[in-house]
Amino acid sequence: MNDDEDRVFKALADPTRRFLLDRLFERDGRTLTELESELEMTRFGVMKHLRLLEDAGLVITRKSGREKLHFLNPVPIRLIHDRWIDKYTERQVSALAELKAKLEEGEA
Amino acid sequence: MTTTTAETSVTTQVHRVYIKATPEAIWDAITKSEWTERYGYGGRSEYDLRPGGTYRGFTTDAMRSVGAPDVAVEGEVIETDPPRRLVLSWHFLMDPELAAEGSTRLTYEIEPREGGVTRLTVIHDLEGAPKLSLLLSGGMEDVGAGGGWSWVLSDLKSLLETGEPLAGSHHI
Repeated sequence: MNDDEDRVFKALADPTRRFLLDRLFERDGRTLTELESELEMTRFGVMKHLRLLEDAGLVITRKSGREKLHFLNPVPIRLIHDRWIDKYTERQVSALAELKAKLEEGEA
Repeated sequence: MTTTTAETSVTTQVHRVYIKATPEAIWDAITKSEWTERYGYGGRSEYDLRPGGTYRGFTTDAMRSVGAPDVAVEGEVIETDPPRRLVLSWHFLMDPELAAEGSTRLTYEIEPREGGVTRLTVIHDLEGAPKLSLLLSGGMEDVGAGGGWSWVLSDLKSLLETGEPLAGSHHI
């Protein structure tokens, strides 16, 4: 597994960080103050979590006037989906298809 | 995704991917048909790369065979700085309901990083286009509308890094 994937899996392995991603999924482009108001945690704590999400590429910040807005970037999760999940689910699906074919042959 | 607060517009989608390729290769993959036909939605493209020039993204044979019009997306080049930055107006025409939402604004930012890696950021300002927003966030993948930007960019990364698009990406 490469470093990028390591960082994504580690970033996702925390309930607070998943909570932050879910909030951004609901409504994208939020400030630190908005995100902080949804958590019982110090501003510094929330910043630390956002920093980890940013390092993993899951959150992107952009300046809008004087504000720094946080956006959810779903691409790293898509890459993991395409690289890992598809591979295993395809096998399951084809195994099920084979099983179905065999059972139906048996019936005939 | 479509609510707006007093201070911030939250109708922008930001997608980013790191690709082991040169900025020039990524620029070509965005702007040239020989590449755009090989990943994502897979249609031909036509760019008149100067401010005010026309941009068109075409549908594939498969899409037309189920009744899609020739032109999938139409727009105008607002800003062009090859191979670093491209800004377009972007009007999706494949579906009348989505076409009625009007034109949107699309920005590609291409930045070289260390180790032969390039960072591609796609910023799509989807003000006033909630249905298109859903399509481009992958929310209509299950009904055969493709997985939006993250799906397109994952496929582009695969194509540029391995020479092959993702398996099964051209099923729409």
